[in-house]
Amino acid sequence: MGQITLKNVSKSFGATVIIPEIDLTIEDGEFVVFVGPSGCGKSTLLRLIAGLEDTSAGAIVIDGRDVTGEAPAKRKLAMVFQSYALYPHMTVAKNIAFPLKMAGEDKAAIDRKVADAARILNLTNYLDRRPGQLSGGQRQRVAIGRAIVRQPSAFLFDEPLSNLDAALRGTMRLEISELHHQLKTTMIYVTHDQVEAMTMADKIVVLNAGNIEQVGSPMELYKTPKNLFVAGFIGSPKMNLINGAVAAKHGAATVGIRPEHMQISTSAGEWKATVGVAEHLGSDTFLHVNADGVGPLTVRADGEISVRHGDTVFLTPDPTKLHRFSEDGRAM
Amino acid sequence: MARAVSTRRKAAFTAAAWLVAFVIFFPILYTILTSFKTEPEAIAGFSLFPSWTAENYVEVQTQRDYFKPFMNSVVISVGSTLLALLVAIPAAWSMAFSPTKRTKDILMWMLSTKMMPAVAVLVPIYLIFRDTGLLDTRIGLTVMLTLINLPIVVWMLYTYFREIPGEILEASRMDGASLLNEIVYVLTPMAIPGIASTMLLNIILAWNEAFWTIRLTTTNAAPLTAFIASFSSPQGLFWAKLSAASTLAIAPILIMGWFSQRQLVRGLTFGAVK
Repeated sequence: MGQITLKNVSKSFGATVIIPEIDLTIEDGEFVVFVGPSGCGKSTLLRLIAGLEDTSAGAIVIDGRDVTGEAPAKRKLAMVFQSYALYPHMTVAKNIAFPLKMAGEDKAAIDRKVADAARILNLTNYLDRRPGQLSGGQRQRVAIGRAIVRQPSAFLFDEPLSNLDAALRGTMRLEISELHHQLKTTMIYVTHDQVEAMTMADKIVVLNAGNIEQVGSPMELYKTPKNLFVAGFIGSPKMNLINGAVAAKHGAATVGIRPEHMQISTSAGEWKATVGVAEHLGSDTFLHVNADGVGPLTVRADGEISVRHGDTVFLTPDPTKLHRFSEDGRAM
Repeated sequence: MARAVSTRRKAAFTAAAWLVAFVIFFPILYTILTSFKTEPEAIAGFSLFPSWTAENYVEVQTQRDYFKPFMNSVVISVGSTLLALLVAIPAAWSMAFSPTKRTKDILMWMLSTKMMPAVAVLVPIYLIFRDTGLLDTRIGLTVMLTLINLPIVVWMLYTYFREIPGEILEASRMDGASLLNEIVYVLTPMAIPGIASTMLLNIILAWNEAFWTIRLTTTNAAPLTAFIASFSSPQGLFWAKLSAASTLAIAPILIMGWFSQRQLVRGLTFGAVK
């Protein structure tokens, strides 16, 4: 079991309010991602759930039990830190065994569980090494191993991949998703990378300045962002947000159109634009254009498109994919 | 781009480093060489070739007992170091892991006490020692050296403890470690190298301290620094014997320093490089 409920949880440091008041329910077995820009309070929220920070007000309930005042160890949660936080003086085997040792398990059980975890995470050949002798990816696996042996009611990940290079990040992302399918345990994952959020989550919680902007599945957030912040944050490249006459024509203060929801033509279209930088990724091409009367836009085009800097193109936004936002930034 | 360093440049740097090291070590080397000269040879002028006589060592030992000041040095330097660690470990710990607004000020204030010339407080301290019966006692000197070196010990340990990442302690808390388990299994093993470096350096500082050890002792608690000083009078200077006494005084700490040089270098440079 691993249902986590936050009831009116808030956190302040002195007079500075980090998290105003949050209500959130995370269902058992869900993979929930907290996403938001740096300083939005996502890590603080995770640390409040972990018990590493005290709440200023409100209650944290895990599986029906109020754990607000309880020590981290009593909450039956396991955490994977950004810096891995491995014990540098212990071998891989001892690192993984540490929580079991603390729980007072007997040696035979510890050995068996460590061997199991090592097998799942491909660490069997490294059990006698120390963290300093491992690569970043291996260290992260040890940190995950240390978390899974305890069979916690939920896993907490605090930006676990941000210290890895891009290629390894992609691999580890898959491994963590795979692990979630195997273990079916609740996972809360903090990241500022919306690609990680979109690819891994069952449910995304978008945070901004300590407030929850929107909660939903990745596709809900992509298709129906509740406000300008979510619209601008979810999706890569970012949604184009247009003000002025174009927005007024659609009866809104701002309209948004995603780069992939515009048709591009070299002969005719709604908006005439001049191509600036063209980023060729092979499968796709991202064109950064300046449209007359609209402003700078990003357009996703076919990978094979042959346009150059300074070329004129015509863009036609898909009217069914247009997002309209009111003066206060809410979706209309 | 990495800087290309030619072999010739490397050789020049290596030679320069050896030269500097030799210049620094030379006084000690010359003291050792002089201790193997006869007294006339020692005053005859500069020479790197002694006649390799051991008579100075025999004479030093017959004139004065080496063992007693040696034991005093051991007791005072080790005692004051352990006492300083006893006070400094919790102090540095709380400053590193639960700092307050005033922590930096306290650290600076402690360091500032080292900037005062010792002679400025000689009279009051002498009088306090006299009135409390601490003059020429091992306890008195141990307390004195503890207080003198405490700021450095606290600073070194503070710097070292600050290097222990807070996330590792949090990880152990998440892993179910009680405070005692956290101290025994995580904190102490990680802090031991730093504590060891601090201990070694402080023993050396205390062993070599000459201002207070000479002024606050006469015979009973006189350590090796006073033992050396006693050879500079009253019949004039006997260079060879003085050198033999000096060699005997520095030999233990030199040997200890040699075997613990890795920890010492780590102790002196930690915090400097990540």
